[in-house]
Amino acid sequence: MTLLNIAYEFLKIGLFAVGGGLAVLPFLNQLAYKYDWLTHDELTNMIAISESMPGPLGVNVVTFVGFRAFGIAGGFVATIALITPSVILITLTSRALQNHRDSRLVANVFTLLRPMSVGLIVGAVLPLILTAISLNSEFNPVAISAFVAFVILVFATDKYKPHPLIFIAIGGIFGILFGEYIG
Amino acid sequence: MLYFQLYFEFLRIGLFTFGGGYAMLPIMIRVIAEKRKWVSHSELTDYFALGQIFPGVLAVNTSIFVGIKQKGFLGGLCASLGMITPSLIVIMLVATFFETFVEIEIIRNAFSGVLIAACALIVLAVYKIFRQACLKTGSSVKLTMISLAMFKGAFGAILFGVSPIIVVLITALAGVLFTVFVQNVR
Repeated sequence: MTLLNIAYEFLKIGLFAVGGGLAVLPFLNQLAYKYDWLTHDELTNMIAISESMPGPLGVNVVTFVGFRAFGIAGGFVATIALITPSVILITLTSRALQNHRDSRLVANVFTLLRPMSVGLIVGAVLPLILTAISLNSEFNPVAISAFVAFVILVFATDKYKPHPLIFIAIGGIFGILFGEYIG
Repeated sequence: MLYFQLYFEFLRIGLFTFGGGYAMLPIMIRVIAEKRKWVSHSELTDYFALGQIFPGVLAVNTSIFVGIKQKGFLGGLCASLGMITPSLIVIMLVATFFETFVEIEIIRNAFSGVLIAACALIVLAVYKIFRQACLKTGSSVKLTMISLAMFKGAFGAILFGVSPIIVVLITALAGVLFTVFVQNVR
């Protein structure tokens, strides 16, 4: 893996990952299939850490993967490559887009792209959840119940907009107490 | 200097936001629209909507729009570099020590709990974008059906290992063909 290679891979992701930070996940899964310096288990850990750190999830996880591939230089190159297509595309189109927001063609393409990107994201998130509740290896009732309880808690408290770190902290404490059952 | 202000305001937004782009909107409204008055409320909401349909990370895209509005290309560059700076520093610090940390049992255990909580947060985020992209498509039932079909198609394709790039290209092409041939708009 050379820096040029990293730049190329992450430029592609920056150009094609439509639909926000989560949209980079299916592309990173693809990287884990393609290269042996990144496994799906490592990627899952990186996503969990990225989620519990400040900053946009997509940027965090890309920095992490770039760092894994080529140290500090890799982290920089991957992240800069990720945002380069956005900077160029938005600079080129921001004025035209404001004027053509009602264009049929633009509206139609985006109407289709949005649900498509959600489909891609669900496809990438599902394996991640299976790993989190260790369904990949065995049926684990403690982990599954914990996951269901967390999902209910997150949805039930959404209207109060609690800080995400609260859930991360509860998760950490839960893990320390029951780690041997959910590992 | 406005360039530095753009860089540091977005750096601070990045540093104090947990939970991705959707969590960032309220903070951006407070800092970018109300404190700095760089854009109006409705402009910021517009940028946020546009940021979601451009490729790349939503928070970064929104920062680029705000930067460009203020200072053109260089403004967009400063804003987006500010947005990614906290990630670069924090994540690389964590990544450096991660492998040592994960050897310690109590941290490994805490971590498997964090992963479950993080997944629950992701489920909520995915549910919100699903509702917006597939269910709240306006009053048209046909549009909702098409959206759900696109959703299922993309989900199926990714499960069968089709490259996401192919899926994006086919979808964009379908949108163009539909407009040109079915609606006869050019």
